[in-house]
Amino acid sequence: MKFTLSWLKDHLETSASLGEIVETMIAVGLEVEDVNDPAERLKAFTIGEVIDAAPHPDADKLRVCKVETKDGVLQIVCGAPNARKGIKVAYAPVGAYVPGIDVTLTKAKIRGVESHGMMCSARELELGEDHDGIIEAPADAKVGQPIAEVLGGDPVVDFEVTPNRPDTNGVAGVARDLAAAGLGRLITKTPAPVEGRFKNPQKIGLHFPEGAEDACPVFAGRVIRGLKNGPSPKWLADRLRAIGLRPINALVDVTNYLSYDRARPLHVYDAAKLKGEICARLGKKGESFLALDGKTYEVDETMCVIADDNGVLGLGGVMGGEDTGCSEETTSVFIESAYFDPLRTAKTGRKTGVNSDARYRFERGVDPNFVVPGLEMATQIILDICGGEPGEIEIAGVVPKAGKTIAFPPSEVKRLTGLDVSEAEIERILKALGFGVSASDPWLVDAPSWRPDIDGKADLVEEVARIVGFDKLPNVTLAPRAAVEKPKLTPLQDRRRLARRALGGRGLLEAVTWSFTDERFAALFSEGADWLKAKGLVLANPISSDLGAMRPSLLPNLIAALQKNADRGRDDLALFELAPAYQGDRPEDQEIVAAGARLSNPPRHWQGTERKADAFTAKADALAALEAAGAPVANLQTTADAPKWYHPGRSGALRLGPKNVLAYFGEIHPRILKAMDVDGPVHAFEAFLDRIPAARPRPTKTKPALDVSELLPLRRDFAFLVDEEIAAAALVKAVSGADKKLIASARLFDVYAGKGVPEGKKSLAVEVTIAPREKTLTEEEIDALSVKIIAEVEKATGGTLRT
Amino acid sequence: MSDLEQLERDLETKIIAAETLAALEDVRVSALGKKGVVSERMKTLGKMTPEERKEMGPALNGLKERVAAAIEAKREALEEAALDQRLASEKIDVTLPTRPEPKGKIHPVSQVMEEIAVIFAAMGFDIAEGPDIEDDFHNFTALNFPPDHPAREMHDTFFFEPKEDGSRMLLRTHTSPVQIRTMMSKKPPIRIIIPGRTFRCDSDQTHTPMFHQVEGLVVDRETHMGHLKGTLEAFAKAYFELDTVQTRFRPHFFPFTEPSAEMDIGYERIGNEIRIGQGEKWMEILGCGMVHPNVLANCGLDPDEYQGFAFGMGVDRLAMLKYGIPDLRDFFAADARWLEHYGFEAADQPNLATGLSR
Repeated sequence: MKFTLSWLKDHLETSASLGEIVETMIAVGLEVEDVNDPAERLKAFTIGEVIDAAPHPDADKLRVCKVETKDGVLQIVCGAPNARKGIKVAYAPVGAYVPGIDVTLTKAKIRGVESHGMMCSARELELGEDHDGIIEAPADAKVGQPIAEVLGGDPVVDFEVTPNRPDTNGVAGVARDLAAAGLGRLITKTPAPVEGRFKNPQKIGLHFPEGAEDACPVFAGRVIRGLKNGPSPKWLADRLRAIGLRPINALVDVTNYLSYDRARPLHVYDAAKLKGEICARLGKKGESFLALDGKTYEVDETMCVIADDNGVLGLGGVMGGEDTGCSEETTSVFIESAYFDPLRTAKTGRKTGVNSDARYRFERGVDPNFVVPGLEMATQIILDICGGEPGEIEIAGVVPKAGKTIAFPPSEVKRLTGLDVSEAEIERILKALGFGVSASDPWLVDAPSWRPDIDGKADLVEEVARIVGFDKLPNVTLAPRAAVEKPKLTPLQDRRRLARRALGGRGLLEAVTWSFTDERFAALFSEGADWLKAKGLVLANPISSDLGAMRPSLLPNLIAALQKNADRGRDDLALFELAPAYQGDRPEDQEIVAAGARLSNPPRHWQGTERKADAFTAKADALAALEAAGAPVANLQTTADAPKWYHPGRSGALRLGPKNVLAYFGEIHPRILKAMDVDGPVHAFEAFLDRIPAARPRPTKTKPALDVSELLPLRRDFAFLVDEEIAAAALVKAVSGADKKLIASARLFDVYAGKGVPEGKKSLAVEVTIAPREKTLTEEEIDALSVKIIAEVEKATGGTLRT
Repeated sequence: MSDLEQLERDLETKIIAAETLAALEDVRVSALGKKGVVSERMKTLGKMTPEERKEMGPALNGLKERVAAAIEAKREALEEAALDQRLASEKIDVTLPTRPEPKGKIHPVSQVMEEIAVIFAAMGFDIAEGPDIEDDFHNFTALNFPPDHPAREMHDTFFFEPKEDGSRMLLRTHTSPVQIRTMMSKKPPIRIIIPGRTFRCDSDQTHTPMFHQVEGLVVDRETHMGHLKGTLEAFAKAYFELDTVQTRFRPHFFPFTEPSAEMDIGYERIGNEIRIGQGEKWMEILGCGMVHPNVLANCGLDPDEYQGFAFGMGVDRLAMLKYGIPDLRDFFAADARWLEHYGFEAADQPNLATGLSR
């Protein structure tokens, strides 16, 4: 919403500067977005007077002028045809920035003659389009006077109208707030009734089915005949132009003027083009009309339309029709002033996609009590500009009641804001804003008809507080809840922090990628496209087709990112993300996952190049994340059954018990990479942090006492021949289980198949650490333990000692 | 000179002449070995008279000890020399590069989320969370957005395909639904912050379809706007780690708060850089206000009994402002160069005792 300073001063008698006005607007909640102040913009430019103009010795079209300026008499070379002795000009000194030609002036020689500054055209100062000659200021302008004062026009203020303040869609509403805030006196004129000189010839009506009457509860209008339409007078055209509207003709411009002056949209019809009764009613299927924007709109039975006997003329409160609009030839008009229901207007606007000043105002709520005064005001301005003879006003329906009455204990101000404001001041503010206040207990406060947002006590508190100023709010510290605050992260939340730091510490870069992914990718990393739809994970209005579904896994975005980085030359990279994945649209379907993906091409090094990442790197990543997050990693089982997006032979799951999968890891399936256009191999993991069981609460933080044996541990190596399919973990488990007391660890250190090992078999070598606790073991005891280990392995895996 | 003295002198000469440990060992064996000259002489003691023995015993023993000590001293000297010689040959080029270790980094959004949590935790706020996929009630209706109200349009909501019953889920446009979930499940006093992902159907230079918010909610019987101001001003100073941060509260409109405000912070632009804590310009960083009575009532709380404030801020933008990150869209591009440049060390865990950041 824009207005000019002089326009505001129609409503506000004030000595405040533009700066003060802007500051106060911001302070009361009218968020100023831009101020275009010609005085500021043109401060470098002042009036000068040409006291002599002689032809340039070397150029026919140039003149050498002597110009009296604030800087003394200067020589300025000028090419304008109108540069002549005696005129007052816009003088730009050396050093000034001339916006229209984007040049900062320097002292120059033009065809050998020194020139000190410039005399500007309107276009050069962005004051207009004129570039035929330099500006000729009025003769009474004084040398040295700022240009803005003489020619600059009005400062324009642009501010954001919040949805709760439809009254500030009119300049009068802005003035009211400023006056209440002490910036001046509100002098908005109440429109005087214009007496009708003939009986209303235009039949009007409201035809709504029961229950839909609120679509347009009141519809007022009057005819003015014998008028002459034409271009608007300068003051009106200038104002509209200043706020970015294009003047069309006086009749249309007057309605636009009221829209911005009083937030009162109106519509004028060429009365000669109306047939029969003009009415407001619901649309009918199949009806359509050609609107003022040149487009044809279909209407339906949810929309409030204005119609005559020929059919639909326009959408009530949204946009009028082309056929009955006013032109230069119009001599008789029907002015419509009505109230349209905000909700229905908003719906119609959304359905048709029409954005108009009228829709903007009606859907936020206009002042119903201003239906008739607005009509009177428009009548008077039209009469003033176009002449003519006004008919009587006719009103169909009744003005809906507006402005709630609220029981308001003034103590609410202190309760909700902490501000100390006297009751007298509270009353003054409310009254200045147009509220009625009756000092009963509690107060009864009547909201003005232009404030549909005022619904309860808190709204009144806001009115008082914003006029007093939020800068007056006390600065109060919340009472502490404890002398030393307790921990605030839940264990579930803390896990993420720990896993994140652990993965960062392992050299992975944390990424944050969209919660959406390509629907195709989402299907690859889930049970498929049908599953996605059934689970409600497909967006109806995605921002783009490649972000069409919620991601069931974090991996597709990470893998795609790996490829993007590789395309930039970064093909050795490990990324991770810690974020939600979605298995459905219920709250319990969202789970926090720590996932990572590696594309591995380690750099060469003089001590030998590092091994490439493989499935075991991903397994280690997953274990690191789980361990940091508090999972009992020693108790996890690894099984070879990861989901379909992993390589079937090079992937696995980390389980706690048979049902609880804490992580998947492995090489990503080459077919998936191909579908994603990614060069692999990629190794990845997904760790499901929320699935880690909660740690059992412990009464103290003490750790168990250190329990170590004083006796020297001994180490023995065993190599077993087992079938290829035997899982190494099963063999290690059998070894460890042979004597849980004596065997401190069993570490698998070699896997071998090939020469020396029979076909279909492999050799697994384990280093067993034996930690005697009570006494040193004898050779016989050690041998007995070895026999037990070998027996256990044979029992569990069928393996035999390799000899 | 007695023959013993002669013998000692000869042995000393041999020890001095020994140039290697092996030669020294030969000397030792020839002198002190089983058949060494000194050992042979010791054997003669048995055949001596007690008087002779009394004289020769100490003399021989003295000789033996001195020779042994001389050999030991020589051995140490030779070993030292040998070690020096070995070390002299063991020189490496210490300018060779170490093996590169990949450096992980923490994303600025995570880091800043933790910074914010640390500050509010110190002010007694718990941390609450909720789902990203929400329903209309929690995201709008309960938050006092009237049906079809223009304020809903301002939110550019992502919707899912309608269900059979006509209802449709949506992506939360703010983390405020968690306020509702909290108030409906827990009696005041409530003091929470709500970090999380939020979504709006908007994409341009300064908007991304996904972004991060932290909201706050305090509900009890006495918290008013002065507390709101005090809390957020304290937050701004703590977060930017600058005591000079200027704040300004302006009235604004949100459906779910009344009175509503926006908080601006003072800044100055120097070239392309934004400096917080100095300058005359103001920039909005968060919205806030007193919880709307309708919202309290929608959650079953009597607005005449309970009151409190709520606020919400964009985490990504706060990160940009504090750490001078120019473009929002880069946050979600997973470009390794960006992550390494703007990311944080894994060990840099924000805390107030040491300062939030390095």
